[in-house]
Amino acid sequence: MKGHIIIDRELCKECHLCIHACKKGLIVPSQEFNSRGYRPVCFKDEQGECTGCTLCAITCPDIAIEVYRD
Amino acid sequence: MKQVFCRPKSMTKNIFHYCAGCGHSIVHRLIAEVIDELGIRGIAIGVPPAGCAVLAYNYLDIDMIEAQHGRGPATATGVKRVLPDRVVFSYQGDGDLAAIGTAESFHAANRGENITVIFINNAVYGMTGGQMAPTSILGQRTTTSPAGRAALLDGHPVRVSEIFSQLPGTAYIERCMVNSPAAILKTRKAIRKAFQCQIDGRGFSLVEILSPCPTNWKMTPIDSCRWIDEVMCKEFPLGVMKDVPAVEQNEGG
Repeated sequence: MKGHIIIDRELCKECHLCIHACKKGLIVPSQEFNSRGYRPVCFKDEQGECTGCTLCAITCPDIAIEVYRD
Repeated sequence: MKQVFCRPKSMTKNIFHYCAGCGHSIVHRLIAEVIDELGIRGIAIGVPPAGCAVLAYNYLDIDMIEAQHGRGPATATGVKRVLPDRVVFSYQGDGDLAAIGTAESFHAANRGENITVIFINNAVYGMTGGQMAPTSILGQRTTTSPAGRAALLDGHPVRVSEIFSQLPGTAYIERCMVNSPAAILKTRKAIRKAFQCQIDGRGFSLVEILSPCPTNWKMTPIDSCRWIDEVMCKEFPLGVMKDVPAVEQNEGG
């Protein structure tokens, strides 16, 4: 089962709870700022490991993550 | 690809004003999800508190009526009595429910008003700058207890769920937390159960939610989630405090 997430860069407040929630470590911190002064996290899934388990989205306080699954 | 998680329909597109890692926004989302799930968006009426969540009406796309500080259950009582077919809930923090609004909340529970109260317990006054709340843990450092809360000087933390579960008017009381995906899903179930309890006309329901406040606890969001697990849960044990079956409630009265 393949999954995919989309992180809304403007909504993310870099609390990093999703990084902690992702069992596969597919979400990483980034250094780029958004227009509100936060550095939103990035989704890095080169191997296609994401299963679309939605744990990151459930834990995200700012509803910045949308999850898609095959 | 199929979308399996997105913003609930009962939420507006506004960006939350809450700090990074705040539990309020998670609970807002859970309430919106439950409202969508139960299909009660048209008949749900919320009463936001004074406190960090005072702007909840900006985020929940349902009818909201602002109450004076601590008077959420009193306002909700009025709304519910005038419009008994609506689903009325008040959303309160620990300063709102356990300090200034103790009388209103206690007596609404004692009367067994058919409303739902969502009680956010973060052991601190969030909006005003991290002062000690009635629910602060013994030894917890806040701006008004810099040496840590002392039982002799400041009293003991108030366990709202335990107190309310002693009142015969209450029907459903549960304490949960929002510091991990599993706990968040459990909390969502509890909120759903509380709303269902109201729809079934069983009486007063309260869900107490242990929620992180990283800014005023002076911790990172991940550390504050850990602190709930390690410290707060010991003082405020989780679980269903009271769940009166519908039949018994009818017989009683």
